[in-house]
Amino acid sequence: MALDVAALRAQFPLLARTVHGRRLVYLDSAATAQKPLAVLDAMDRYYRETNANVHRGVYTLAEEATAAFEAGRARTARFIGAADPHELVFTRNATEAINLVARTWGAANLGSGDVVVLTEMEHHANIVPWQMLAAERGIEIRWVPIDGSYRLDLTDLDTLLDGARLFSFTAMSNVLGTTNDVPALAAAARRAGAAVLVDACQSVAHEPTDVSGWDADFVAFSGHKMVGPTGIGGLWGRREVLEAMPPFLGGGEMIRDVRKEGFTTNDVPWKFEAGTPAIAEAVGLGAAVEWLDGVGMAEIAAHEARLTEYALGALADRFGDGITIYGPATAEGRGSAISFLFRDIHAHDISQVLDEDAVCVRAGHHCAKPLMRVLGVPATTRASLAMFNDTDDVDALVAALAKAQAFFAL
Amino acid sequence: MPGLEDLYREIILDHYRAPRNRGELPAPPATRVEGFNPLCGDEVVLYLEVGPDGTVTDVRTAGQGCSISQASTSMMSAAIKGRSVDEARRLIRAFKALMSIHESKLEGGDATAATEEALEGVRLGDLEALQGVVKFPVRIKCATLAWNTLAQGLDEATGA
Repeated sequence: MALDVAALRAQFPLLARTVHGRRLVYLDSAATAQKPLAVLDAMDRYYRETNANVHRGVYTLAEEATAAFEAGRARTARFIGAADPHELVFTRNATEAINLVARTWGAANLGSGDVVVLTEMEHHANIVPWQMLAAERGIEIRWVPIDGSYRLDLTDLDTLLDGARLFSFTAMSNVLGTTNDVPALAAAARRAGAAVLVDACQSVAHEPTDVSGWDADFVAFSGHKMVGPTGIGGLWGRREVLEAMPPFLGGGEMIRDVRKEGFTTNDVPWKFEAGTPAIAEAVGLGAAVEWLDGVGMAEIAAHEARLTEYALGALADRFGDGITIYGPATAEGRGSAISFLFRDIHAHDISQVLDEDAVCVRAGHHCAKPLMRVLGVPATTRASLAMFNDTDDVDALVAALAKAQAFFAL
Repeated sequence: MPGLEDLYREIILDHYRAPRNRGELPAPPATRVEGFNPLCGDEVVLYLEVGPDGTVTDVRTAGQGCSISQASTSMMSAAIKGRSVDEARRLIRAFKALMSIHESKLEGGDATAATEEALEGVRLGDLEALQGVVKFPVRIKCATLAWNTLAQGLDEATGA
């Protein structure tokens, strides 16, 4: 069933505002999504009615706060298909989740000469933590290349994975939009005896997620890209893997006992959650996934695929060779992020002209500079579509690009 | 609301479309220096030739970036060619002061005394067209990239 986009839009208070007196055309959900009223209300209600620290007090408020926080975890765990809520560690975002793995699992399992395999389409968040380990302990990083159709070139995958300890890859590129076949990649890693980390930061907001079916060890994601608040994200990990890992940050909450001589750690997931966590944000994230499930992730994916197909067609029809799209040419096997070069106009100049028409797009390297170097471009413009976008938004993008072309007289 | 014509003045677009002094110089004897804006990936490469009398006898520019960074690079190269290193340094201070006026006004005051002093007696000429950039704070770094790179290059060329 097609989404009622007008009704969805009405649930996002921010989308009702204007910019420079014009209807807001928000095409930057791959950077961060806007928030529906259900999320804002849940967080507001938490602060107005419940606020107390969690896992501490025995008074009613504290119990309610703890229950709300853990309910946010359980609801989010269910959303991503986790069998056990205790396999979901709250982090600040996907970046912190990947760093957590690098710092704890990596510290326990990776030494000089050990191999971590990444892909050329990774975000810096899934590159730099491993490069830090490479600098500190001499691990080796190998890269799965992309091919001419902006998909992973798996020709030499088994060779690249040979002897590897970890294969860490994105489920959906934030630049190309390309979706990767997570179960197949995980299976290849398993055959080589490598552990598997999936960066689901983009995919989790755009298609149904079932971590139980992925055969991964770790899955990282951010709340703010899935209509939830900033400041909270998740690391899902297989329970036995999490239990074998050393702790991350030290402090309150993550301990079972502390003596002058030392400490013992709490159970997972709290072992990895030192300090007062983002409680209202956990409540907000729970509301966000509840809202997403209410709309239906399969319906969202279908809507975005139709809209992506429309956008790819509209851009090609209007501008032909004047536009180069860096990503799969059809909506098949891709998400809704559309990166492009337009004429010879720099992405920042395009974004500036589009802003006149209240069209919000991302310009730059999208925190994926190794990929940009592979593509041979310094920067691209990226329009990314979400469930609240419609063909009017795409038409506004096309019209604003035509204006940019006229303005720069190219 | 500042309009696009405040940012993209005709002279800026002219320098963007037809950048002056593009190319390279053999280095050495010329000084080659690179500047990057890590946020947007803009890149400026300068080749500076400074004569024994302290005159910038030749300048060439390379690199890539948005219209503002490339136009600013082009305008800068035209402005310093044939000038003394001291004059070029005064121009850098004056240009950066021009770019900071908006910020000091936002902080509630007028242009600071240091800003006025830096601008005093310096003819910016065409470069004043770039003043509109200050109304678009995220673009200021695009405009100043070439000038920060020039400051570094002059230091290297003169062994300062």
